Amino acid sequence: MSALLIRDLRLALRAGGGFGLGLAFFLILAVLVPLGVGPDPGTLARIAPGILWLGALLACLLSLDRIFALDFEDGSLDLLATAPVPLEAVVTIKALAHWLTTALPLVLVSPLMGLLLFLPAEAYLWLILSLTLGTPALSVIGTFGAALTVGLKRGGLLVSLLVLPLYIPTLVFGAEVVARGAQGLTVATPLALLSGITFGAVALLPFASAMVLRINLR
Amino acid sequence: MASLWEYANPLKFMRTTDWLLPVVSVAALVVTSIGLIWGFFFTPDDFRQGSTVKIVFLHVPAAMMAINAWVMMLVASLVWLIRRHHVSALAAKAAAPIGLTMTLIGLITGAVWGQPMWGTWWAWDPRLTSFLILLLFYLGYLALWSAIEDPDTGADLTAVLCLVGSVFALLSRYAAIFWNQGLHQGASLSLAPGTRMDWAYKAPLYTCMLGFGLIFVALVLAGTRTEIRARRMKALVARERMA
Amino acid sequence: MFQVRALACARGSLLLLEGVQFSLRRGHALVLRGPNGCGKTTLLRTIAGLQRPIAGEIDVEADIIAYAGHADGIKSTLTVAENLQFWADIYGTKTIDSALDQMNLRGLAQRMAQNLSAGQKRRLGLARLIVTARPIWVLDEPTVSLDTASVALFANVIRDHLGSGGMALIATHIELGLPEVEVLDLSAFKARLPTPGDGGFDEAFL
Repeated sequence: MSALLIRDLRLALRAGGGFGLGLAFFLILAVLVPLGVGPDPGTLARIAPGILWLGALLACLLSLDRIFALDFEDGSLDLLATAPVPLEAVVTIKALAHWLTTALPLVLVSPLMGLLLFLPAEAYLWLILSLTLGTPALSVIGTFGAALTVGLKRGGLLVSLLVLPLYIPTLVFGAEVVARGAQGLTVATPLALLSGITFGAVALLPFASAMVLRINLR
Repeated sequence: MASLWEYANPLKFMRTTDWLLPVVSVAALVVTSIGLIWGFFFTPDDFRQGSTVKIVFLHVPAAMMAINAWVMMLVASLVWLIRRHHVSALAAKAAAPIGLTMTLIGLITGAVWGQPMWGTWWAWDPRLTSFLILLLFYLGYLALWSAIEDPDTGADLTAVLCLVGSVFALLSRYAAIFWNQGLHQGASLSLAPGTRMDWAYKAPLYTCMLGFGLIFVALVLAGTRTEIRARRMKALVARERMA
Repeated sequence: MFQVRALACARGSLLLLEGVQFSLRRGHALVLRGPNGCGKTTLLRTIAGLQRPIAGEIDVEADIIAYAGHADGIKSTLTVAENLQFWADIYGTKTIDSALDQMNLRGLAQRMAQNLSAGQKRRLGLARLIVTARPIWVLDEPTVSLDTASVALFANVIRDHLGSGGMALIATHIELGLPEVEVLDLSAFKARLPTPGDGGFDEAFL
């Protein structure tokens, strides 16, 4: 299992692996938003939690079609499906690799983006915590979407249409944690709900992902 | 090859709906007409909302069917996944555009009603938001169907999406309720036929709900028949190619 | 020992083969023949477990089949050794040395797979089979884009595999130069079209 993770990380980090694209997108968004809504610190501080979560979500979305598409094209996916590893584990590892290469860097640079958007000081801890707890759900849900569309020609655009509605609860609770944190309110409830969705998604969605992957491979 | 397919018989479905579809269609037409005419012309104006309240006879049944259509798709998808019943998968496919239309009718009539009542076409009320989210789920479901060429693969994938989507649609609904609390007190904008409503309204409203239910059944039957014929045509073309 | 009885398989919703019947003993290979589109790939994918048979049985122990399809599953930004080591780890067989030697890839071990020629890539794909250490090889057109020398090399690998008690099921158009293999023509198992009943149709929509 660790062999698959190491291979995927190695592929992502080598030339053409697409590592850093999501990060660059996140940065560009943090630059474009003030250009669009104006430089007023008050306005930016108020919308910063939502923008940061939305940016992380869209950056995750960008790299979803890479999760299975390349392995499908070169036949690795067929070979993995016939290898002595459960497909449920394969999709979980794939989601983990996606999280490590796309979401984790976003979590790490998010305080910098918060700085650009005048995020109130009280909110930084909650920003990092909510992204850490929430992004695994984004990766797992995204892996499900990628597995659904793996053999399709118009997969890239379709996957956004399928996955974005599934991201709604995570976005709502994640942004709410940061927004409440920024106002100095208690964040326990949205944080608990956010973690609940993440744990539920991580526990159950790999079975659905493996199921649709099997359907797509036959 | 019989083992896979013995559970369902499209032919029997076609033969049954040959007579069932006209019956349901006529019933839908009659009941809906009675309900709407009764509701629009033979109910008193509301003391506060005037005659605008009468859009409720379109709005509530459409909204109800928007949700029921999704529930029906969920059940049909489960039947397909468990029993491999082709007609079931095709019925789920046929129900989706109808559910989408019902959702749109619900949203549009809501906006038309909301404008004179609250002075706004749209509010991010939890209920309105939930319906907008439901619209997105319908769009995704239909987009996935249209993207897949092989009908059985399409049926399988959309069925799983419907299952997973149902869970997330439910979560989104609670998320919308939760999310709205912090912004404004949305509960006062509730669209439900409240307890104030008396039987002068309730009776025609229930008639309209029944009528919309019948319309839905008739359209799903007609749509499923179309899908079965399309499927048969596809199979015949494949057969020609094989021979 | 590997047996297939009354197997029926379909591509999409189209039934291609039915009543497929054969058995394979240790040290033997079976070559599948048949015109394009007759269901060779579908049959092999069914046997490999990628899709379920419509009917019939595949009588085989768990975890003894290694499958190789049209595509080799080679990652172009990994080296030859890394590509093989990955599969060795997945199949739990640690060493890749003998595979490198047998497929004459020793000199290319540290080269990026993207710099391999088509034939070298195919050899790498076949080396993966050796790495799996599985007794039954299920191969779909394994000799495509191999030159004569490489085909001979491949035939040798198959011979070694059979010699050590392995089995192979191969779909190919090319003569492999292996006189001892049996040949199975799949056109004999072509699915008969179901005859439509009295103007009606069944669940197959025919």
